[in-house]
Parts: sequence; C-alpha cells; structure tokens
Amino acid sequence: MATAVARRLPVGRAGKGATGWWGMMLLIVTEASLFAYLLFSYFYLGSMARGAWPPSGPPELRLALPNTVILLLSSAAMWWAESGVRRGRQGRLRLGLLLTLVLGIVFLAIQVVEYSNKQFTPATDAYGSLFFTITGFHGAHVAVGLLMIAVVAVRAWLGHFSERRHLAVTNVSWYWHFVDVVWLAVFTSLYLSPRFL
Amino acid sequence: MATIAPAVPSPSLHERLQRIWETPPGLFGILGTVDHKTIGKRYLVTAFTFMLAGGLEAAIMRAQLAGPNERLLTPEAYNQLFSMHGITMIFLYASPILSGFSNYIWPLMLGSRDMAFPRLNALSYWLFLFSGLFIYSSFLVGQAPDRGWFAYAPLTEGPFSPGLHMDFYALGLLFLTVSTTVGAINFIVTLFKLRAPGMSINRLPIFIWGTLTTSFAVLFAMPSLTAACVMLYFDRRFGMHFFDAAAGGHPLLWQHLFWIFGHPWVYVVVLPAMGIMSDMIPTFCRRPLAGYTFVALATVSTGILGFGVWVHHMFATGLPDLSTDFFSAASMVITIPSAVAVFAWLATIWHGRPVLRTPFLFAAGFIVLFVIGGVSGVATAAVPFDRQLTDTYFVVAHLHYVLVGINVFPVIAGFYYWLPKMTGRMLNERLGRWNFWTMFLGFNLGFFPMHIAGLLGMPRRIYTYPAGLGWGTVNLVTTIGSYVFAVGVLLFLINVLWSLLRGPAAGPNPWDAPTLEWATSSPPPPYNFEVLPSVGSRHPLWEGRLPDEGTARSVLDRGPELGDGRETLGVTPLDAEPSEILTMPEDSLYPFLLALSLLVTFYGLLTSIWALAVAGAVLVIAMTIGWLWPGDVPEEA
Repeated sequence: MATAVARRLPVGRAGKGATGWWGMMLLIVTEASLFAYLLFSYFYLGSMARGAWPPSGPPELRLALPNTVILLLSSAAMWWAESGVRRGRQGRLRLGLLLTLVLGIVFLAIQVVEYSNKQFTPATDAYGSLFFTITGFHGAHVAVGLLMIAVVAVRAWLGHFSERRHLAVTNVSWYWHFVDVVWLAVFTSLYLSPRFL
Repeated sequence: MATIAPAVPSPSLHERLQRIWETPPGLFGILGTVDHKTIGKRYLVTAFTFMLAGGLEAAIMRAQLAGPNERLLTPEAYNQLFSMHGITMIFLYASPILSGFSNYIWPLMLGSRDMAFPRLNALSYWLFLFSGLFIYSSFLVGQAPDRGWFAYAPLTEGPFSPGLHMDFYALGLLFLTVSTTVGAINFIVTLFKLRAPGMSINRLPIFIWGTLTTSFAVLFAMPSLTAACVMLYFDRRFGMHFFDAAAGGHPLLWQHLFWIFGHPWVYVVVLPAMGIMSDMIPTFCRRPLAGYTFVALATVSTGILGFGVWVHHMFATGLPDLSTDFFSAASMVITIPSAVAVFAWLATIWHGRPVLRTPFLFAAGFIVLFVIGGVSGVATAAVPFDRQLTDTYFVVAHLHYVLVGINVFPVIAGFYYWLPKMTGRMLNERLGRWNFWTMFLGFNLGFFPMHIAGLLGMPRRIYTYPAGLGWGTVNLVTTIGSYVFAVGVLLFLINVLWSLLRGPAAGPNPWDAPTLEWATSSPPPPYNFEVLPSVGSRHPLWEGRLPDEGTARSVLDRGPELGDGRETLGVTPLDAEPSEILTMPEDSLYPFLLALSLLVTFYGLLTSIWALAVAGAVLVIAMTIGWLWPGDVPEEA
C-alpha cells in the first residue's frame, strides 16, 4: 500500500512530533512522576506527624514568593525566545535565551540565600530532610536546565538554528517550562499548603 | 523533501546498504556499535549470565536448607546470598532479559531498520552492565547487600546496618533505574514512530503491546524506587530521617514507595513474556490468536491495574481495614484480565492444530505454572489468609511460580523460537524435549513443596531450622527438585552450544510464523530489510491462506530502499501513515563513555570520595554535550 508507490516525504522534522520531541515528552512524564512521589512522601509524613507540621511553622514567603515570580518570568522569556526562532528571528532567540539564563541564575542564588537563612538542616528531623531534598531536587533540575540553555545559547550564536531546524530549542523550552510547573507544585505544597491545611 | 520510489532487492542495493549499516570490526566497533541486534544479544547474554549467578546463589542456599541444623553457611553469609539472589533475579535478570528480546525483535517485527534512538539503546545496555557489575563488586569487599531485595526500613538504616552492604543496594538500583528508564523511552518512541507503513495499532503483535505497556509502567513506577533509594542513601550517609520514626520519619514510607514501584514491576517482568507466548502459541497452533483485541486490552489493563494493588504486600503492617479491603478487592479484580489471556491461549490451542515442538512445550508448561501461581496469588490477596501466611515459604512458592512460570519458561521458549533467527541455526529438538521435561518436573518437584513448608509455618529467610518441626522432608525434596531444575537449565546451555557448533541451518522462517521478523534472512543483515515492507494485516506472512481475512495485503518485496545514508521511515503514531524520513545516527563511543563516567560518579558516592563523584559528574556533562553536539546535519528540513 502506502509506500509501494512513489511519494515525497520530509527528511527529519523541526519541532513537535519529531522522535527527539517525543523523547523529551516522555522524560518529562517520568520526571514529573518523580516529583509526585517526593511530594507524596512530604504529605505522607506530614499526615503521620504527631506534633506541629511543619515543626517550625510554615516556611517564610519573603524570598520564595518573589523568587517564584522570577522563575515564571524566565518561562516567559524562554517562550519568547522559542517563538522567535520559529519565525526565524535570531536576535530574539539569542536575547531570550540570555534573559532566561540570567533569571534562572538569580533564582538559584536566591535559593542559596534562603537555605543559609534556615534554622534547621537536612539532618535535624524528617521535615528538614524533606524540605532540603525536595527543593534540592528541584534546584538540581534548574541547574541542569540552565546548562542545557547555555549550550543551546552557544549554538544559537553559532547560527545552528533556523525556522526549519530548531528541535533543540523546542526541547529545552519544554523542559524549562516543566521545571517551572514543578516549582509551582513544590511551592504550593511546601510553602502554601501548611497555611491552609 | 525527498522522493521515495519503490525499489526491489538487488545485489548492488545489498552492497550499498551493507556499507552504510555495517559496524566496523575492532575495538571501536565493539564499544561503539549502535546496532539493535548486537545490543539485544548483549542484553540476553548478560542477563542470562546474571541468572546463572543468581541460580548459583540459590543452589548454595538449598544445600544449606537440605536438612535441619546445617552449618554450611553462617547467618551473615546466608543473608547476603538470599538478598543477592533476589536482587539478581528481579532486577538484573527478569527485566533485562525481556529488554534483550525486545531490543533484538522489535525493529524486525515492526519492519524498521533500528530503534528510535540507537545511541540511547547502546547507553541503556552499558548502564545495565555497569550497574550490575557495581552491585556485584560488593562481593569483592565482602559487603554484599544483606537486608533482602525489598530492603525494609528501619533494618536498613545506618545504625542497624553498618558497612557498605545497603549502600551498594541503594546506589546500584539507582544506577540501574537510569538504564531502565532510558530503555522504556526508547521503546515507546520506537512504537510511535518507527513502524512499517500500515501497521496500525490494531495490527501490532501482542509482544509489542506487552513491552509497550511495560515501558509506560516503568516511566510511572520507576521514579518511586528512585525516590526511595535516594532517601535510603541520604538517611544512611547524611543522617537524614526519612524512615526514622524517632525524628518524624516513618518506616512504612519505605514500604509504600517500594511497593508502589514493586508491584507494577511484577507486571513489567511478566507482560512482555506473556506477549511472547501470545505471539508464539498461534504459530504452533497454525491459526491466529483467539480474541486478539481482548488480549491486547487485557495486557494494557493489567498494566494499569498493577498500580492499584501495592498494599497487598503490606497487609500485615497494621494498616486500617478499609485500606486493606480496598487493595484486596483490587488485587482480585486484576485476575480478570489474566484469566482473559489464559482463556484466549486455551481457545487458540483448542481450535488449532498444535505442533508439539520445543517452544510449544514450554508455552504449555507456562500456562500450567501461570494458573498455579495465579491461584496462590488470589489466595494471598485475601487479607485473613495473607496475614496467616505472610513471610512464610508459601509466599516464596507463589512468587517463584509466578516469576519462573511467567518469566523463565517464556524466556526459554523465546530462545528456542528466536535463537534460529539470531544465529541462523536450529536447536536440537530431542535435547529440547529433555530440557523441557527436566525443567518442568524439577521446578514442580522443587517449588510445590514450598507451599506445604509455608503452611507448616516455615518462615522465609531463615538460614537454618531445628529438627523435629517436620520441615526436613519438604526441604530435602525442594533441594532435590531445584537441582533437577538446574540440570534442566544446563541442558539448555548445552543445546545452545550444540546449535552454535552443528545446528542445521534455519532459513528465514523455520516455523512458518506470521510476523515480519521472519521475512528477512536468519541472521538478519545489519540493515534488517533491503526494501522497507508495508503491512496490510496482523499476519503479513500468512496472507492468502486464512479464512475471513480482509482484502488488504502486505507488500514485502517492493518498497522504499532509503539507501542514501543511514535512514529509515517515520510514520504517524496511530495509523502508521508514512510521515518523514528519519536520519539515524552512526556508531559512537559516547554512550560507552557516558556510562563509564556515571560508574565513576557512583563509586565516588559509595566511597564518599566527593572529588571522584564530582569528576564523574563533570565527565557525564562533557560526554552528553559531545554526544548531542550536531555533526554534519543536513540543512534541509
């Protein structure tokens, strides 16, 4: 049938639907599950806790709330860069990637400041273990994302991408948006939920 | 854009494709090959070797348990042996051996030239090999894992488990999860994109459905083990408190996380094997599978239901009745899709004309063992019964009937069936019969009495038992039976050796089987198919001889050659309409080097030599960038 007659087909694919894009989607699925299990552990131990949960009261929002906004802005910058290259705008791609990179680094720096302000450590109690492990896992994903963005930015400067060929940009942007969505879940669970529950 | 015109096989085309796809000999070829057939064979050999190691561990344990008050092993040595036996069989054999079959067979069955990500495929093999060696290196320092393969906290926590034993466990499994996850992603994308045109999802062989379901289960279940192992390592190494009740943690958190992973994992190690059976039984019954759609749906629904039954491993932990009742009911519901599959096989045999060759014998034996293991499974799904028998040999009997019955028997059947495809040589039929009956009788002789030992109250994992409890005879019979079973496995190895040395030539389709892997030569050329086939039915090689078949026909001798470079055809996920030409990667050392770098990282984490861990991580990053950096990508899209 189909291929027993001659036909014209594209060689490879630019974005959505490419094998590489599917690979990234499935990576995101399994990574999202990982965070789901980490947050399950948080709520499980919280529901089993005998005293107050969290033991030292809900974590402060003074740094975390602005930091959340910074991460969301970085997602917007990433979207701006990716939609730029889809229209073939190299300048927008480069500037957008750079902006994302800077905002991501600021996020991590503020995270470090918040860590150093904490009155407890990972070894204090189970809550400390959960807090640092969950936010640390997220921080590690941010760091990996920044590394990916840095590599893609270098490639953008080398002119590797065009409106027809930009799978790496698309994949990195999906990953970055995923890392941001995970942060919203982490933020809601660790910072906001103790205020309601 | 490129035009693809249908071509026919010719000597010049063969030569051109051979040049493009062949892996060069030498060290680079050995370490750098991305050929799914080579990788599949490596998976099979490596996993089988681990199985022999795990079998040896079991054989030593059975010698110790043959009579009361034996002193062959110290309790410490016994703990390490039963732990490593479980870890080896569950993690290093049962799943990787099926990955081996899938890696080898998938692209051939799907009518493609390779997997979606050939380099990731090589990576997943190297990660599997290195993580297995990492875990086994614990024997070299005399500190093998010793707290059982499901490693219940708090017994695994630092104060109660000094030494590196359980660090090898936590880090080794963490290492292995990377391999399994990468492999699962590869299978799913391969199925979505790299099929023969016309192979819509209602025409997929059941083996494909099995591995596909398994791969999705891995994506959702594996992270639970990852989280658990990270927490265990953190607790042990950095004094954290995830499983420490004294500081707000909870030992049951480990059990939940482990079994949320662990029960889906049971289906991960059986569904592809059941798929092998569903595809093989029709070949030897000379008719299509009865109830194809139901079996496909049963496969998928088993995979999904498998996520809702984990608490049946925890009935004796004091959870509320409402919770145990719910999971008891869910565990009984999951028997329905299993029964659907069993009746489909029986109907296929009933309405077919069975040809009693060795693969069919193993398939028939598999059905018997599956039913016995299934019945003892339903029994333990009932809460009161389970509370009585939990942690006894009854459970050991059940899990061996399930894992040996539904994994080992189909795997041996798979070897008898597909080894002629891989090597081009048949196995010995007479020796095959001896092989089957020794394994089947030895297994039942050895493992059925374990049910009785359990009912007599014998707990699992005891290194010896006093005389006078009435456990002596059943244990002696079990030991004898398991040794007969081991002789059966040995006969299989002898048969493989015989086949390699003097087996008669197999030809492309020695079983007159219906699926695409039999349409190419045995062994297949590096490029699999000279012209890419298109598919018009579930049985491309049986068309024209079945009643009630449609009018659509497969085309095997004419199709796109895609001979300008390493190329294969990409299709749309559901209907398998051709959508693009995929450029496939060349052989590369990066997968091997990346896996090696990760090994360095894990030894750094094991020994707390952080500089080593960081150096390994930096190497991992460097290798990844090198891997992904584009070579000479064609500019046209």
